Amino acid sequence: MKVELSINGRAVSADIPPSLLLSDFLRENCELTGTHVGCDTSQCGACVVHVDGVSMKSCTLLAVAMDGRSVTTIEGLAGTVGAELHPMQEAFHVNHGLQCGFCTPGMIMSAVDFAKRHPSPTEGEVRRWLEGNICRCTGYQNIVAAILAGTKAMHAPQGD
Amino acid sequence: MNAHTGIGASILRKEDRRFITGKGNYVADIRRPGMLRGVFLRSPHAHARIKGIDTKAAAAMDGVAAIFTGADLAADGVGGLPCAWGVSNADGTPMKEPARSAMAVDKVRCVGDAVAFIVAETLEQALVAAEAVVVDYEPLPAVVSMLDAIRPGAPAVFDDIPNNTCFDWECGDAQATAAAFAKAAHVARISLVNNRLVGNPMEPRAAVAEYDSGRDHYTMWTTSQFPHVVKVLMGNFVLNIPQHKLRIVAPDVGGGFGVKQFLYAEEVITTWASRKTGRPIKWINERSDGFLSDAHGRDHVSEAELALDESGRFLGLKVRTIANMGGYLSTFGPNIPTNLYGLLLAGVYTTPAIHCEVKGVFTNTVPVDAYRGAGRPEATFLLERLVDVAASEMNIDKVEIRRLNMIDASQYPYQTPVIVKYDSGDPKACLDTALKEADWAGFAERKAASKARGLLRGIGVCTYIEACGLAPSRIVQSLGARAGIFESATVRMHVTGDVTVLIGTHNHGQGHETTFAQIVSEMLSVPTDKIEIVFGDTDKVQFGLGTYGSRSLAVGGTALAKATNKIIAKGAKIAAHMLEAADTDIVFEKGSFKIAGTDRSKSLGEVVGAAYGLVNFPIDVLEPGMEEKAFYDPVNFTYPGGAHIAEVEIDPESGVVELVSYVAVDDIGTVINPMIVGGQLHGGIAQGVGQALYENCVYDEASGQMLTGSFMDYCMPRADNLPNMQITTQSTQCTHTSFGVKGCGEVGTIGSPATVINAVVDALSHLGVNHVDMPATPGRVWRLIHNSATQLRAAE
Ligand code: FES
Ligand code: FES
Repeated sequence: MKVELSINGRAVSADIPPSLLLSDFLRENCELTGTHVGCDTSQCGACVVHVDGVSMKSCTLLAVAMDGRSVTTIEGLAGTVGAELHPMQEAFHVNHGLQCGFCTPGMIMSAVDFAKRHPSPTEGEVRRWLEGNICRCTGYQNIVAAILAGTKAMHAPQGD
Repeated sequence: MNAHTGIGASILRKEDRRFITGKGNYVADIRRPGMLRGVFLRSPHAHARIKGIDTKAAAAMDGVAAIFTGADLAADGVGGLPCAWGVSNADGTPMKEPARSAMAVDKVRCVGDAVAFIVAETLEQALVAAEAVVVDYEPLPAVVSMLDAIRPGAPAVFDDIPNNTCFDWECGDAQATAAAFAKAAHVARISLVNNRLVGNPMEPRAAVAEYDSGRDHYTMWTTSQFPHVVKVLMGNFVLNIPQHKLRIVAPDVGGGFGVKQFLYAEEVITTWASRKTGRPIKWINERSDGFLSDAHGRDHVSEAELALDESGRFLGLKVRTIANMGGYLSTFGPNIPTNLYGLLLAGVYTTPAIHCEVKGVFTNTVPVDAYRGAGRPEATFLLERLVDVAASEMNIDKVEIRRLNMIDASQYPYQTPVIVKYDSGDPKACLDTALKEADWAGFAERKAASKARGLLRGIGVCTYIEACGLAPSRIVQSLGARAGIFESATVRMHVTGDVTVLIGTHNHGQGHETTFAQIVSEMLSVPTDKIEIVFGDTDKVQFGLGTYGSRSLAVGGTALAKATNKIIAKGAKIAAHMLEAADTDIVFEKGSFKIAGTDRSKSLGEVVGAAYGLVNFPIDVLEPGMEEKAFYDPVNFTYPGGAHIAEVEIDPESGVVELVSYVAVDDIGTVINPMIVGGQLHGGIAQGVGQALYENCVYDEASGQMLTGSFMDYCMPRADNLPNMQITTQSTQCTHTSFGVKGCGEVGTIGSPATVINAVVDALSHLGVNHVDMPATPGRVWRLIHNSATQLRAAE
């Protein structure tokens, strides 16, 4: 089946089996291995990408359903703000919000969507949002701190 | 510069960049030309005889390159998976050590046992073909509970092993302990379960193997914490591949926690099959297969008694534990519930007599081995629960009973009655700080406030010690280790003065690329951005035993410091020549070699330049170049310890336990990077809280099926299950590691289960509850509240 979509701002067209998951399409066909797969029951969130700016678990989406849509992965995130690092990536680094790094791409992609929806969140809101993202390494404490800081940075007035 | 990046600086991690930008290089990301995909067909039965495997139809399917069974491996002379640690029975005879073939041949012994490896052009084709493999099983009665397994007439996991018993191990002094009990004023008793856990690093296990027929050479990329050990065990003992023909690479690894520190059958079979097919093969475990094939952790049933005098002093401790080995012996399986458990039962107390018996039992379950903490969380949980029971029965304050029995700082080095000798520590200081940090004194007020909201509040304290820094080889070999557990590091100074370190430990989240760079930075005054830490590739790194048992900094870091000191020593000789001074007059300070007492000096950069440029270099007495290596075997374990305090609120209507605060005060020796240590503590505590409140691996006793085989049934802690934890370090220095470091990787997981359960029991103590088994799930807690309340009413 033919699919045409935008991935990280680049037009992509491919002929793929209708059963192919978006996560596999990104990893195998597009060689974008920053999107990780940590489970087979859609619970871990390692695979979160943005579809038209909204965070979604790419292991639950069929690649063919992305026809005409715009997908952003961790590799393309910084490009959306025209910087070397997106403020949320920077915040994860500065707050030690990662250890092994496996959950990190999904965490960051999920956090960016959260930040867009919650310009001034509470810690509790961050923790509840992360229900769909599992991290085994960090105990979440520094991830939560990173998301609070990253959210603030994303909403800081320009030139601040 | 040095002040910024050396020891004690919370510098940000050097390794972060690739992970936050999606450029990590995990095994699943690796792609080789012509690569096939492999999947394992796993047994749906807990125990069954394999009467036949028909692969014909499957082999003929689209894209299938090959299908291999245990019989194929056996026919090709593939050996069994070795156990690297043997223990002895109390009578001195060796444990029962059944052979473990890489793939089941005649029998499967747990659900998830691999029976065939299907290799095809694509993953889909392999999966479809796997469905078409017909295995003729004759199901046998299975046994999954340890207590059932040792009952007369229980199904035999191995036909020739009576009572499913692997070993009957003991430590300590039975006679002295009996004598202590004979004069006890009070004996406190507890029976408890240490629940089975699945480690679940977020990256599933995976391997890519490639055989190069032109060179007769194998490379395997694997999700391993110890690539060199995989190379030795797999090359030497299983596949008979000479060491110089085998390269193991463990690139970025997405968490380990012990799960990835064993030799796994899948690594062996993928490597072997890459030669058979002549093509590279990638295998990635699915998460649900991970539940069925990653080695599990914990799984003890114990009874313990503590003898006390009338003032509450501990006189003796008796422990009897049954430990599940699973269906086979995993790489370190027998060591975990014996040496890493029994030898820690003194805790931070002066208990003079201890006797511990451990029975290792085979069942039709996934093999059990080390999981973060490995034995030490089990010892701490048992001891610290028992101390609370004793305090409550004798009506002694639970802090006071601990203080009364604690080893005083002045008593170190302290010889325990169970072999180990603690070199350093100050448990009372940790306890005092923890009480302050947690505002222990203000608890009554908080409890009243919770009560006003209809909630039961409890506070729990746990003090602990652990033995890590694996390992002093002489000691562990006397305890059954079949090899030494030293570490090695190479420091390569480039002509430009930049540094590459090659080290045998493995970084899979611990921040080694930063911490080890800080050590070199401290010693050589080279900024960390000029230092690269290389690990995980047996073709690059000389040798190494890997990362587990909180050993990387204590053992690897000390090897690194020793190698760096050799650089300094050689540099001093070069500088002496350059400065026309005697070697003995040269001192190395802040990156310069100086003639002591003068201002004449040569910088490290100038000296390294001379070592490679050979201008003004003592070529007659020194070799050119600047690269030094050290192998280091520690003289003792290190003994981190500490005191943790937690508060919980329980909703009596629902039984839901909420962890509302957590204070950890840990003595982990010198801290290199406080930020990284904080992260290790957070993660470790979260895993211990997971054991205490959420996680439980459950098998159905009748069928032997795992009931908790996915993240839907096995409850991993989520962000909203945890509070912000308050981490403090209060350190004494280890006496035998470089810089006095001890290790921090496991302390969080060791202290937290007991801390949290002590708090839960405290919250319910008014109902007469004196123990709650883990995990303290809402259902379990609600039933306890309900039943106790009913009983209390009936008694009134
Ligand atoms: S891989 Fe998508 S949720 Fe786990
Ligand atoms: S950093 Fe390892 S799983 Fe989150």
